[in-house]
Amino acid sequence: MRRTLPIAVVAGVGLFMLVQYFIPLEEFETLYEWALDWTMVIGCFAMLLGLYSLTTMMVTKVKRKAPGWGYSLVALAGLFFMVFVGVVPHYQDSLKYGTLFMDIFEYIYIPIQAAMFSLLAFYIASAAYRAFRARTVLATILLVSAIIIMLRLVPLGPLSGINQWLVNFILTVPNMAAKRAFWLGVGLGATATALKIMLGIERGYMGRD
Amino acid sequence: MNFYERMMNLDRRWVYLVIGVVVVVTAIWTFRVPLYVTPEARSVYDFVESLTPGEVLMIGVDYDPSALAELHPMSYAITRQCFSKDVKLLLCCLHQNGPGMVEQVIAQVAEEYGKVNGVDYVYLGYKPYPSITILAMGQNFRIPFPEDYYGTPLDSLPMMRTITNYDNVRAIINISAGSATEYWINYANGRYNAKLAIGVTGVMTSDYYPFLQSGQIFGLIGGMKGASEYEYLAEKGGYISKEKDQLIASKSMPIQTTTHIVIILFIVIGNIGYFMTKGKK
Amino acid sequence: MKDKYIFRTGVLLIFLFMFTSLFLGMDTCLAQEMGEAEILEDSLAQPPAPPTNVVAKDAPNDNGHALLVTWTLSADDGVGRNNVVSYQILRSDSPEGEFEVRGLVPAGENIFSDEGAKEKEDANYFPPHKDFYYKVRARSDGIFSDSEVSAPAQAYGQWYHTGKTPVLFAVIIFSTFALVFITVARKGKELYIRPLAGIEAVDEAIGRATEMGKPILYILGLGSADMIATIASFTILSRVSKKTAEYQTPILIPCCDPIVMAVAQETVRAAYLEAGRPDDYKQENIYYLTSMQFAYVAGVNGIMIREKPATNFYLGKFYAESLLLAETGSLAGSIQISGTDEIAQIPFFVAATDYTLIGEELYAASAYLGREPVLLGTLKGQDWAKALVMIFLILGALAATFHFQWFLNLLKVQL
Repeated sequence: MRRTLPIAVVAGVGLFMLVQYFIPLEEFETLYEWALDWTMVIGCFAMLLGLYSLTTMMVTKVKRKAPGWGYSLVALAGLFFMVFVGVVPHYQDSLKYGTLFMDIFEYIYIPIQAAMFSLLAFYIASAAYRAFRARTVLATILLVSAIIIMLRLVPLGPLSGINQWLVNFILTVPNMAAKRAFWLGVGLGATATALKIMLGIERGYMGRD
Repeated sequence: MNFYERMMNLDRRWVYLVIGVVVVVTAIWTFRVPLYVTPEARSVYDFVESLTPGEVLMIGVDYDPSALAELHPMSYAITRQCFSKDVKLLLCCLHQNGPGMVEQVIAQVAEEYGKVNGVDYVYLGYKPYPSITILAMGQNFRIPFPEDYYGTPLDSLPMMRTITNYDNVRAIINISAGSATEYWINYANGRYNAKLAIGVTGVMTSDYYPFLQSGQIFGLIGGMKGASEYEYLAEKGGYISKEKDQLIASKSMPIQTTTHIVIILFIVIGNIGYFMTKGKK
Repeated sequence: MKDKYIFRTGVLLIFLFMFTSLFLGMDTCLAQEMGEAEILEDSLAQPPAPPTNVVAKDAPNDNGHALLVTWTLSADDGVGRNNVVSYQILRSDSPEGEFEVRGLVPAGENIFSDEGAKEKEDANYFPPHKDFYYKVRARSDGIFSDSEVSAPAQAYGQWYHTGKTPVLFAVIIFSTFALVFITVARKGKELYIRPLAGIEAVDEAIGRATEMGKPILYILGLGSADMIATIASFTILSRVSKKTAEYQTPILIPCCDPIVMAVAQETVRAAYLEAGRPDDYKQENIYYLTSMQFAYVAGVNGIMIREKPATNFYLGKFYAESLLLAETGSLAGSIQISGTDEIAQIPFFVAATDYTLIGEELYAASAYLGREPVLLGTLKGQDWAKALVMIFLILGALAATFHFQWFLNLLKVQL
């Protein structure tokens, strides 16, 4: 029962979602919307689960004074402070421009996020230096294409026109063909995986082999 | 280790140092980069330009602060162009960290143009699960968003009286750094035939050319370069000005240019080292 | 005397000229006014010809809250007097009742979809199964003419969306292929699939971690539990954690989504149970970090630098953080196996990790690892479906080139 019921639920709901795609009747539409609503509700409650897991893990780390426990303390303090600031002083107005909550978001969170993203510039430079070697024919093609695309931002004088044409060609012809093939494969793979899940063939997500 | 082997196995910290120096030096001693405006960015601009006062444009802002440098300039330029033309805006956010980004743009630009919330623009707010939200909005915006971001019921907003779903907006421009774009294309355009254009980060741009070619999207603004192209067009149209420091992406283009040159140089150095050591082996 | 005479004659001539001009001008204006009056009178007298053959019928392939109205264009639309500007569509619930305007279309168009809301509380509620009568008004600058009232029509929902028939056929054909090959595989037939370097390296990678006495770091990506890439990653996690249970190698799984965390905990617990080591399962190794992209990356990078895992698995949905993870893992000296269906991140993984599963290879990984006949059968069915798609691509390209529209119409999907 413990094994059969989840498979039956997955199969039933999966089949319904597939069938309702082809039936435009209002009743099916209503059921579909009801299913969407429930997905949102489950997602919101799952957040509480995540919050519990995170808090438990960090409190345990602080109690045991495990390596790096100070960072856990900072994370906990940040978490509860933001909840307090968001809920207590202004409640619904806390999301308005100019409140402490939004000020923390704008002056602490946004710069930190932007800084993390900017690390990519350094990492791509080191990854490109390490990986873009003309070891094989395909690697050489990759290397040359990458350089042509990067050069579109560089003023090359009379060569800019040729470079722009090449960039356009690479993006609109081989790139588009490869992406289409990729998406076809991914689409078929996703359909196959969905079918396997609905038929109960794929059960790894349930913790069963 | 000989010279060429050293060239091939340069410590990555040297790479980081050179990139850092180049970025700082270019930021201080900046220059103007000649720009080629791509047809896909121009088509978005031309469409917004064709809108008449009172028409409604929907902007889906689905990015977080990490994509600020590339996508925020697009949001600002498009919003300023729309408000200059008295086009009404309907905004929503499907990224959990995006609500603050939208609030930043709309609060600032609305104040510049004296636009009123509920009359000239409506900000629906954030909802999780983009696919579900986009599908629901195709039926009625009130299903996922019974109230706007500020807690006001949509039915009590003057602008929303004539707006029910995608059929009542001229087009949707999705500015995104994540997977929400695929849902907009598959559901908003695929299922509801909404007219759609997208603005994405540079790394995502090449993914969406197939959709541009098939006509599923009518325009594509790609990365910081795309944002600077849009700013160039908007500046020519008189919607933004350099004097008011509104050319955000264009200021960063010289840095991107010099960084690209340095990366190319590093790749060339690495390959020279590789070929010279390979020959010896 | 002579001067006086000339002066008087001149004044007389001037006055004569003025009066003549005035008379002529009046005459011209009058002529103009008369002309316009003639035209106006002409228009007032004869409005544009009314539209004919107004037919209202249920809108196809909908939920029963719309009617489609068609008509024959007015005889003065584009021809004749050519004075039709637009058509107004009016509706009433009785042929003699009051008609309300439902919409407006420009001249030249002869179709209108009268749609409404399905909620009864909505001001624009469109009741199904109720008779409605329509008439179409040809308009021209303040004057108009109405058509005959149409026969009654009722809106009702359809049980099947005919526009999605190609999708239905595709689903049936694909499912048939999959089921056929599952049956073939169950009968014991050996099915060949090409080797994947990333999959073959999994055992070696886990062995390396065991030898070094270091943990394995498994990243399920930033997707939610409903995404196919994440589900595929769960199935791989199931097999990887079974191996780690057998080798008693610690496995760390920081998660970006609470539901993913819950499923991952259950998956790993079951794998340890199956391996006969339920006591070795540590729930605290599978935890939720944060749902924020770069905060999550910062957390995972910290784990990599502190714990120095011997093997990193990046399998699932990744976005811009992919390179940050891969480069930090490379710095930490880990062997890295990656896989995602997010095409934009594939180049970064290819450049920075040791093995990469590209797109559908990630979905197929569970079949490769388990080698179960049923899973292999589905994979073969998928390959045959892909071959069929390629055939249709070629046929479609030829049809588009040689204008075989009937073939292209077969594949059209109306959503």
